[in-house]
Formats: sequence, structure tokens, C-alpha cells
Amino acid sequence: MQEKILELIENNSRLTPEQIAVMLGIKEEEVCAEIKKMEENQTIAGYMAIIDWEKTKKETVTALIEVKVTPQRGLGFDKIAERIYQYPEVKSVYLMSGGYDLCVIVEGKTMKDVALFVSQRLALLDSVISTATHFVLKKYKDHGIIFNGKSKDERAAIWL
Amino acid sequence: MIDTLINQRVKSIQPSGIRKFFDIVSQMKDVISLGVGEPDFLTPWHVRDEAIYQLEKGRTTYTSNSGLLELRQEICHYLYNQYELKYNPNDEVLITVGASEAIDLAIRAVIEPGDEVLIPEPSYVSYSPCVILAGGTPVAIRTTEETEFRLTAEDVEECITPRSKILILPYPNNPTGAIMEKDDLKAIVDVLKKHNILIVSDEIYSELTYGTKHVSIASFEEVYDQTLVINGFSKAFAMTGWRLGYAAGPKSLIAVMTKIHQYAIMCTPTISQYAAIEALRNGMENVRCMVEEYDRRRKLLVHGFRKMGLDCFEPKGAFYVFPSIKSLGLSSEEFCDKLLYEAKVAVVPGNAFGKCGEGHVRISYAYSVETLEKALERIGEFVQKYKK
Ligand SMILES: Cc1ncc(COP(=O)(O)O)c(C=O)c1O
Repeated sequence: MQEKILELIENNSRLTPEQIAVMLGIKEEEVCAEIKKMEENQTIAGYMAIIDWEKTKKETVTALIEVKVTPQRGLGFDKIAERIYQYPEVKSVYLMSGGYDLCVIVEGKTMKDVALFVSQRLALLDSVISTATHFVLKKYKDHGIIFNGKSKDERAAIWL
Repeated sequence: MIDTLINQRVKSIQPSGIRKFFDIVSQMKDVISLGVGEPDFLTPWHVRDEAIYQLEKGRTTYTSNSGLLELRQEICHYLYNQYELKYNPNDEVLITVGASEAIDLAIRAVIEPGDEVLIPEPSYVSYSPCVILAGGTPVAIRTTEETEFRLTAEDVEECITPRSKILILPYPNNPTGAIMEKDDLKAIVDVLKKHNILIVSDEIYSELTYGTKHVSIASFEEVYDQTLVINGFSKAFAMTGWRLGYAAGPKSLIAVMTKIHQYAIMCTPTISQYAAIEALRNGMENVRCMVEEYDRRRKLLVHGFRKMGLDCFEPKGAFYVFPSIKSLGLSSEEFCDKLLYEAKVAVVPGNAFGKCGEGHVRISYAYSVETLEKALERIGEFVQKYKK
């Protein structure tokens, strides 16, 4: 049942407990209790809106940085990952298989901000061997949502 | 001048009075419509992608009259896997332009002037006109909320006359959302097996059932030889615009239907046939996801209407709810008219699907949860106003 609740709110976190309860055929109190439990044990790590910043006046740039590091004895990649994800401008950090170790997604106001972050902070960390920065030019789809993807309902208003 | 040339049977089919209501709806602004009988999902991308690929390969010619053999084979696999129905792809399946064409062909293949066709009501609007155009007489069998709009053996038996040639079996049902379970069907089978009557089972919503799996009447051996199964891609695979359906049944019937189809249609769109092959091969997971989503919406609506104090039986199929509005003291058409003007929500009056649909309205949940919630809110306020 927890998974069913999560599937629903992953797609729309604004559903009310009543709606969720009706859709899954369980009691509203049960929904509330399950959600509370999952918030407490951090299965539900947070709630966010998905924003197409292009539509606003705010200037932002996003970059994906491939980072190669030397893992530390006994700590693996966790320690270095932590040192990176503590920076607020870092939005995501993933440990990767393949050609590099950490995938770091950074957001800044300008390209210069990001470039400075990489050269002044990231590249200087002890275990970092190399970085390769890729700037995002356009976001077509994010978190499963296609930007500008909602098309008008073209069906006739009434159809028997 | 031309008027005098027009066929009398065609003339006798009057455009329904409800047409006017529909025209008004389509011209009004800011209306939330819950009036549509087709999925809100687009055709899954893998199907569209396959169609594009086949176009690139230049699949732009006719296929055989019966449709691509490969597609007929896939359909036979599907019918066997899902509903335990055995058909020979070579001569027991015909690919048609939607379930619509299959319905028309079946009726034209069988009906002589004066023959009777039994049609449970409320039901989809095309059966009766097809019967009339073929010179036959539609005979309505009432179904009611008391039996959850299921067809009962007694009611069928009562309507059978020596002129009865076809029984239409439209389940899961548009507009009621009713289904027929195995026991319900068994009772009908016991009556029908004693008569020389063709069962035309319109199973276009067969994938869209909730909590129980669809059973086809053709899976009863006693009536297998007198049943034509009609199905298609419109609802289950969200492929309404591709215009593709099929009929499966006794060889001799498929042969005459193919004869009509061959002269009237030639063959169905080639690209649609390739798309359908892809849908059957790789689309079942998508169907499952859509059904899950419909089910949630269905529960939201039933809950919503009951909370307003309207009687709403729980539909177990298709994507409609069919609440009763009798407690408001309005006719179906009055309700829909007022709801449109006062609350800006468009729904379909139940009597559009036959007289016994009076007192109900059809509400489609082929809409997003957000749209449904907004509509429920508006309908709720409206109902409050009229409640005595
Ligand atoms: C019960 C029923 N049968 C048949 C059809 C027609 O389907 P198709 O698009 O396959 O012609 C519809 C469409 O609304 C329907 O509701």
C-alpha cells in the first residue's frame, strides 16, 4: 500500500489524503498515518514544484559536471560525495558506473558562477582528479514532465 | 428536388433533439466537458513511432481485404490469451474500420426487412440506426439500476419473437459502465442456445474492467457457433483516430461480412494495421497503466456523487459513471441544460442512449484528475441548489 501511495504522490504531490484514500479504496486516516511514517523515515524526502524557469525573468544556468575522484580507503566515495553535496549550488550528486565517478548537477545565476564554482571549489578538493563541465542549453523534459507539453484537448466537447 | 430522391429509411432516422444541446456546448466558453466517449490518453508513443517507421518504409498500398494476416494472427493470440477464444486467423477474423464498421457489417449481413434485432438499453447509439438502415426493426430491452443495468435472461426471453435474428450484447456498456459476469452470461446462454439467433457481442471496452476480468460470451461452447465477437483498438489502446477494429466469428458469417467490406471499404488503412500489430505485441503494459488510472478516477467520481447525495451505482467497466438525478426532480435533459448554463459543466443526458436512460446522466472520466475534481466541485454546488 505504501508503494501505491508513493506512486500517486510522485506524480502529483498535491493530492489530498481524502483523494488518495478514495482512489486506493482505503481509509483517510490510514493514508495520513502512512504518509507521516514515510516522511519521518525519509522515504518521502521532500516536496517540490517542477518549474520551467525559462518562463520567468530569473536567470539561471544548469551544468552537469563529470567528476573523476580517488576513492578513500574505508570510505569509498561517500566522503568525497558528501563534501560536494554540502554546497547549496549543487542540486544533485550521483555515483556513476562507466567513464567517470560522480555526476554533479550545479545551478548558478550565470555561467561564470558555475565556472568559478568548478575551478575554485570542486577542482581543488583533495581527491578530485579531473572535471568536465557541460552546460545545459535547453530543458525539454524534467522529472517526467515535458515543458510546454500540455496540448489542448482537441476532442469534440460531446461524443457519444 | 434532391430531397425526393433520398431513401425513406435514411430520412426516417431523425437527428436526435439532443444534437442542439451539443451544438450549444461546443460554442460556449469556459465549459468543463465530461461528455467525451474517447480516451484522453494519446496513443502510446511506441505505437506512433512504429507507424512513422512503417510510413518511412513506404507502407502505402492496400492490404488484403481481410486485413494483414500478421495482424489477424496477433488478434487471434490476443483473444486466446485474454479471453480463451479460439479463432482461425485465415477465415474467422476480419479487420474493420473501427468496431463501428463491424457492427454495421454484421447487421447488414443478416437482417432482411422486417427482422428484429434485440438491443439492451441504455446503450451505444449506433445499433438502432444500423438496424433501421438495413430495413430491420430494433427492439429495445430495458435494463435498470436495480440489476446494475445488467441484462437478465427473463427480459431477453420475453422479447424474443419468431422474427428475432440478432441479440446485441453491449458489455462493458457505454453509457452505464455495467458489465456482465460469468453467471449473468450463463443465464443468457441458456436462453439463446435454444434459438437460432446471432449474438453480436460488442466488447470494445473489454480491457477496461475494474476488479474483475472481462468474460466473453463466445467462451461458452454452447453459443460459440452463434456468436460474433466485435472488438477494436479505440478504447483499450487509445487509438480512436486510427479507425481500426475487428470481428471474429463463424467462418460463413465472416465470409459474407468480408464480401460487403470488400465492396464498400476495400481494406482498412494500412498504416493503422501496422500500428495495431505493435500495440498488440508491446502495448499490454500501457493498457494496464491506463486501466489503473481510469480505476482511480472512477472511484473519485463515484465517491464524489455519493457525497453529493446522488444515487450512483458502482460501474465496473468502460470509463463512464451513470448517476441518477431523479432526486432533484429534473428530467435528464433539464438537468444537463441547467448544469451547462448555471455551472458550466457539460454532461450527456441518459435518454440519449434510450428511453430507460431517463433520470440518469452519463459522465465520462476520460479526463485528468484535476479536471474531474474541478467539475465535481461545480456539480456539487449545482446539486445543492436544486436539492429539496
Ligand atoms: C459501445 C461502443 N461500441 C463501438 C464504438 C465504436 O468504436 P470504434 O472507434 O472502434 O468504431 C463505441 C465508441 O464510442 C462504443 O462506445
